[in-house]
Amino acid sequence: MTLLPRMPLRSAGFMIGLLILTFWSLCALAGRRVVPFDPFEADILNALAAPSPTHWFGTDQLGRDVLSRVVVGARDILLVAPLATALGVALGVVLGLVSGYFRGIIDDVVGRLIDALLALPLVIIALLALTAIGPSRLTVIVVIGVVFAPLVARTVRAAVLTERNLDYVAAARLRNEHAAYILFAEILPNILPPIAVEASVRLGYAIFTVATLSFIGFGIQPPSPDWGLAVAESYGLINGGIWWPVLFNTLAVASLVIGVNLASDGIQAAFDA
Amino acid sequence: MTIGATLARRAALSLITLWLLSALVFAAGQLLPGDVARAILGPLADARAVANLDHQLGLDRPLLIQYRDWVAHLARGDMGESYAYRAPVAPFVRTALEHSLKLGAVAFALVVPLAIGGGVWSALRAGRPVDRIINLIGASATVLPEFVTGIVLIMIFGVWLRVLPITANWPPGAALATQIRYLLLPSFPLVLVLFGYLARMARAGTLQALAADYTRTAVLKGLKARTVLWRHVLRNALTPTITVTATQLGYLMGGLVVVETLFRYPGIGGLIYAAARDRDFPMLEAGVLTVGLIYILAGLMADISHALLDPRLRLGEAE
Repeated sequence: MTLLPRMPLRSAGFMIGLLILTFWSLCALAGRRVVPFDPFEADILNALAAPSPTHWFGTDQLGRDVLSRVVVGARDILLVAPLATALGVALGVVLGLVSGYFRGIIDDVVGRLIDALLALPLVIIALLALTAIGPSRLTVIVVIGVVFAPLVARTVRAAVLTERNLDYVAAARLRNEHAAYILFAEILPNILPPIAVEASVRLGYAIFTVATLSFIGFGIQPPSPDWGLAVAESYGLINGGIWWPVLFNTLAVASLVIGVNLASDGIQAAFDA
Repeated sequence: MTIGATLARRAALSLITLWLLSALVFAAGQLLPGDVARAILGPLADARAVANLDHQLGLDRPLLIQYRDWVAHLARGDMGESYAYRAPVAPFVRTALEHSLKLGAVAFALVVPLAIGGGVWSALRAGRPVDRIINLIGASATVLPEFVTGIVLIMIFGVWLRVLPITANWPPGAALATQIRYLLLPSFPLVLVLFGYLARMARAGTLQALAADYTRTAVLKGLKARTVLWRHVLRNALTPTITVTATQLGYLMGGLVVVETLFRYPGIGGLIYAAARDRDFPMLEAGVLTVGLIYILAGLMADISHALLDPRLRLGEAE
């Protein structure tokens, strides 16, 4: 694969995106080992303290250190969103390969399914499913993954449609190779670039969705220091002049989303070039 | 294929989509763990009372029969009875929809001129700083979740500058102008999410039209720049943008759930959120189906407007 040499290492946007992603990934990995306070320890007497030299980002309603919670808060979203993306891409690749290669009834059914799913915004499908089966990290991963699958399948299918008519596929067929071999050993390696782009775009959407679901109470559950959750718990306070728990968590979400999208744009540009 | 046949085919496909959607929503209802009557009556209720309520609600019948009846009722506009309010769902959905339409209208009235103006302007200045800035704003605003932009906007306009009200609920009996003022702040996050995509479409369309032979001809035959822009470039450039605008209506609905929750506005998004929170499944189903229906209708509208705006399609010469 010529994936690496073409990586847009010199594109400023891509590098900034990668830097932001690396930063939050390190926060997620290091977590409680590097933060100044225990992110779960309440200190009611010191609740809602403004930012100070001791608590750089202030404290929240329960007196927990906001800085520590923001750092540790990276963990859940950076666990859930990539896993959901991976599940969606894996399912979508299989679905797209099969429906693009065999066409016919499978193709029609997948196409209709995509239309029905696209008729609803992701957040609403997720709300419906999470209400039915109850929110947890696993259900969030499964729901987002399952919704992503047909969307990824559409991209993969389009790529397969051009590949299936090429000589190397015909040659494999003449050699009487098994269909599974043709799909996964012959076609799949040749369509990795669009899959990589699709995966990076999906990761952006997954982070968007997980953060949004957590904000409305259907994603990551308390007492996790998740950012969306923290914003939901404290945005009622901003009218009273207490801005620190809200602002720092909001900025954390914003930076992660923009970081992923900068990186994803960079990858896309590299493949388009 | 003539335009009539194309649209008829699209309408038929929309019906299939709608049917799949109804099956999906109904299936989600069946996934609910435990017993609906038990959920309504609470854990301490008598087992016989639970069975009675199950029977009353028709939940002890075979699934396919339940689905058939549910669809038959839906077709007559009967969306069932809310578990939380023990009253028909339809009036709630209607009121919520009216509220959301107001909010959506304000958002669209702001975003369409802004995005088309911004997109065309950035195409005319392609590669210059203005172009880059508009692109950057559009690209970042589109990817940020609505609650993020919403909260930043509340902090700026509602708390810091104190120029706009931070709830969407106007005092009862307020005049239209006041209502719009209350809806401005909630509409901004929706505007931001839609702006990037629409502006990019308008920019791409304009660039394409600027490079086209007919524009070159118009310039070479000595027409004024303004005439070229309005009569030749924009007429051709904006057709795809207008089509996309209609489909964005559906996309807007996802944002409504968040924005209406954030601003405590009683629209369809707020209704879906509250129904999900209270596990009021008939209300949730009705809300979700309404959103799906609006999206499907918007898609059809997009196709029709595209057909009407593009004479090649209108006269049945395309493809």
